[in-house]
Amino acid sequence: MDELLSPILSKYNYWVYITLMMIGLYAMIAKSNLVKKIIGMNILQTAVILFYVSIGAKQGATIPIIRHGHEGAAAHAVRAADYINPLPHVLMLTAIVVSVATLGVALALAIRIYRQYGTLEEDDIATRITGDIRKSP
Amino acid sequence: MTRQLPALIIIAPLIGTFCISIAGWINKRYCLPILIAALGISLYASIGLLGLVIQEHGVVYRLGGWDPPWGILYQVDYLNGLVLIVIAVVALINAVACRKHVLEEYPDRVGPFFTLYSLFVTGLFGIVVTADAFNLYVLLEIASLSGYAMIGMGNGRAPLAGLNYLFMGTIGASFYLLGVGYLYLVTGSLNMADIALILPDIYESRVAMTAFVICMAGLFLKMALFPLHSWMPNAYTHGSFAALGVIAPLTTKVMIYVMIRISLTVFTPSFVFDRFRIDEAIVWLAIIAIVAGSLLALSQSRLKKMLAYVIVAEIGYMVGGFWLGNRQGITGAVLHIVNDAMMTLCVFLAAGAIAYRQKGDDFEKMEGLFITMPFTMSGFVVAALSVIGVPPTCGFFSKWYLISGGIAAGQYAFVGALLLSSLVHVVLFFRIFEIAYYRPEAGHHGGGHSSSVINEAPLDMVIPLLVGAGLLVVLGLNTGFLVDRVIRFAVPAQLI
Repeated sequence: MDELLSPILSKYNYWVYITLMMIGLYAMIAKSNLVKKIIGMNILQTAVILFYVSIGAKQGATIPIIRHGHEGAAAHAVRAADYINPLPHVLMLTAIVVSVATLGVALALAIRIYRQYGTLEEDDIATRITGDIRKSP
Repeated sequence: MTRQLPALIIIAPLIGTFCISIAGWINKRYCLPILIAALGISLYASIGLLGLVIQEHGVVYRLGGWDPPWGILYQVDYLNGLVLIVIAVVALINAVACRKHVLEEYPDRVGPFFTLYSLFVTGLFGIVVTADAFNLYVLLEIASLSGYAMIGMGNGRAPLAGLNYLFMGTIGASFYLLGVGYLYLVTGSLNMADIALILPDIYESRVAMTAFVICMAGLFLKMALFPLHSWMPNAYTHGSFAALGVIAPLTTKVMIYVMIRISLTVFTPSFVFDRFRIDEAIVWLAIIAIVAGSLLALSQSRLKKMLAYVIVAEIGYMVGGFWLGNRQGITGAVLHIVNDAMMTLCVFLAAGAIAYRQKGDDFEKMEGLFITMPFTMSGFVVAALSVIGVPPTCGFFSKWYLISGGIAAGQYAFVGALLLSSLVHVVLFFRIFEIAYYRPEAGHHGGGHSSSVINEAPLDMVIPLLVGAGLLVVLGLNTGFLVDRVIRFAVPAQLI
């Protein structure tokens, strides 16, 4: 049991992000409601963001702020192991902005689709489209 | 001044974006001149940069004065110097040609459309000029989001097609981001050159391989390589011509540039082609893409949709040519990025002019067009001959390099697929010529106008089209210069 669990537990952050990513992809592929697809897309993006955030973390480390920074440089040699890596977190600020913007564009398009067809179910939209084609000469 | 060119090339359209969105509120007529001015500055900067690259073999720009591993670097070399010019030329020609389309499709949203246009081009310039893997992701999303919005702004089924494009594009971009994350995990760096320095020691590591595979999967989705192409035909059929004229030629081509950049600069040819034997599998994917794209194009009855499938086949050319892994093939792929962008621009400009006059792009609407729209059709013929690959036009020369690369690599299936798709393209385009040439328009459809009167598209559509068609021939005749002075240095020296 221990051999089975330890690789899972020691790398649990990867398992979490892979699981979330698969949930997101499943929603985007299998759901026929456009809003559910958009939610799936957001879960997918969040999974990647979580992956980045988790790789910056270190055991027993703290936030990367040097507390006595003005008391002379030699007084405190910085040990990198004491601080988490801030760079992936900073990158993810940008990625979060990107994902919010994507969500915005997706919802705007969904609103246009709803106004046009009166529904957000893909199957209903498909029947509307084929119906329109039959009606037009 | 010349030192600032790499920044200028994206600053001009970026500032243009803000000015256009303000101008849209004040007076819509100012939007297009601002866009054209901004793109003109970018074109000037890109030509200046290529000149500088030919003199000095590379230009480096440190954003904010920060040195490489920490700061973001803009770097121009032989490979992206060429792609920058192509982006600027295509965006500028289409900007001149698209005014009437914009006024017809969305008269009340002229400002927003040109704002998105400018932002889209900014993103593409950024993708090509940056030397930072994460910065590339951000700019990729800037370009893609404006692209989704431009497609989705259209009428009819465009919003649905735009939303599907957005779903697929976001999955692709997320995979790319994940791949960059794995690269960061093993190298601790995001600068492409820096990653390339660190990576050789850990080529055996599974993480590096995972990073490469995930990046490539994301990029294949973004560039619409055959089994992953499903977003493209609908998006390109239902989008408006004003948007397609810049999206169709550039998005996929820039993604192929990114694939080449990641493979050759971040990883090395020895990793990609020798250590990591997936090149043959990808060439086979490309062969399937070429054959499937050509055959699917045959079964279409609308010009736009047919052209979308032609693009699917062309992507197969470039991906296959690159993954042949020899000098001829990669030269062909890079040359085809340039040529295919120009050819796609021309066919879409011609299709746009036809659709503008005939109110639709079904094949039956094209009857008798050689008589009523002679200039548009002559531009269309030159572009079509170039897509087929007839000698004086540029399409012939890149196909020549691709085929000789295929023969050198012993990939006869790739050569066969190229020849087959050329034949299919002959059928595709001559079927259109036949409809447009032989069948008079009067008769059975009873259209309002008589068949023998010239009813040409507006001048601001025809002149850009003819300029583009002229460029196709000029490019073809100057292939030797392009290959000897530029592309030869873009291909790594260790490849033969």
